[in-house]
Amino acid sequence: MIAADFNYEAPTSLDEAFTLLRKYGDEAKILSGGHSLIPMMKLRFASPECIIDINNIPGLSDITREGDIMKIGALVREAQVEHAAELLEHFPIFADVTKLIADPQVRNMGTVGGNLAHGDAANDHPAVMMALRASVVIAGADGTRVVPIDEFFFGFYSTAIQPDEILTEIQIPMPSPYTGSAYHKLERKVGDYATAGVAVQLTIDANGICTYAGIGLTNVNPLPMRAARSEEALVGKKITDETIAEAARYASDDCNPSADLRGDVEYKRAMVGVLTKRMIHKAAQRAVA
Amino acid sequence: MAATTPAADTAQKQAITLKVNRKTYKLDVEPRETLLDVLRERLDLTGSKKGCDHGQCGACTVHVDGRTANACLLLAVMQQGREITTIEGIAPGGKTNGQERLHPLQAAFIKHDGLQCGYCTPGQIMSGVAVLRDGHADSPAEIREWMSGNICRCGAYAGIVAAIESVKKGDTIG
Repeated sequence: MIAADFNYEAPTSLDEAFTLLRKYGDEAKILSGGHSLIPMMKLRFASPECIIDINNIPGLSDITREGDIMKIGALVREAQVEHAAELLEHFPIFADVTKLIADPQVRNMGTVGGNLAHGDAANDHPAVMMALRASVVIAGADGTRVVPIDEFFFGFYSTAIQPDEILTEIQIPMPSPYTGSAYHKLERKVGDYATAGVAVQLTIDANGICTYAGIGLTNVNPLPMRAARSEEALVGKKITDETIAEAARYASDDCNPSADLRGDVEYKRAMVGVLTKRMIHKAAQRAVA
Repeated sequence: MAATTPAADTAQKQAITLKVNRKTYKLDVEPRETLLDVLRERLDLTGSKKGCDHGQCGACTVHVDGRTANACLLLAVMQQGREITTIEGIAPGGKTNGQERLHPLQAAFIKHDGLQCGYCTPGQIMSGVAVLRDGHADSPAEIREWMSGNICRCGAYAGIVAAIESVKKGDTIG
């Protein structure tokens, strides 16, 4: 399995990359970790005329906090996330999600930015970023825009990134005190896509009232999905068995999984319900810890 | 393999310098050539195996700047300036009693039957070396978790875990 022939460009600045994108238009693909793109090219599902390797562009590989925002550069590898102390302290969900993404070899190369830019509802970071209400920074020759995660995914392999633009950063609002987050996916084996996955972030105030809920679902909808009714079922209420059950029921009802080798629709809906319950419990425990 | 050679007029070869097992190689490669294909077909380093060719089996695992990677999903053209280590490059070199000296984990795989057919073994050992070096070998469960990128169709997993544990306990790895 060998990819179709392509031109290879390795710009050393974003400006250089923008010039190349203008030149090749939608015949170019950006390569960061390459662990989604290269398999697709080998299978000839993708045959870009040009690969623009952004790995030599400086300044895209850092995880930094700036005031109320945690910033993850486009080239941050999954393995880097596993050791990012400040990120993990405020967002324990990243400890959950990284170890569930593929395997160590893939995590050494694969990037968080690529996981989003690939535009696949089966990937794990989209649901996580929905739970955290992150934004995606998209840069082009004409400037930079910040797109909320809810407006980022357009369709299968399709995102808000235009052919002359590059995802450069992910911005996550720092959580209030007493916030917890958690992610889990059901997978048949290491490296498989999720049968179903659920990401949750909750804030619980001193009176035990939930003041923030973010819930994202993996691979049970054509697009990465926010479980909006589940969030509404929690905010302003105490986290009890009843409210959790209600939130889980909404997630289960509102998602639109398709039947495949991983299970039929009924089974996947049931698993979304189970995982939603468990992740709310786990996030709530972490919120008060 | 004729099927893998594009028409001469479409191939745009690039001159690259690869550093593999402390040796430097100057090559002209097509951008689409993977590191795995270059290692095996150009440099005759056939220890790294092509299993799935899709980053799922781990048979092609090598170290790039000290970290494990699936050579089948890396473009050779992207590896300039990086230190690549393959299974051929981990033994200390030299002989003891006429036998080639092995890396402690290679010796442990033999002792603990960490293989049957042997096809996945180079990749298993490259991952195992990283697991030991990165401190992920404190329990069988941890070893299994961090070896999860390497599949063994013969099912030699028990022997593989035992081999890694034995090196960990013997503390003979650098």
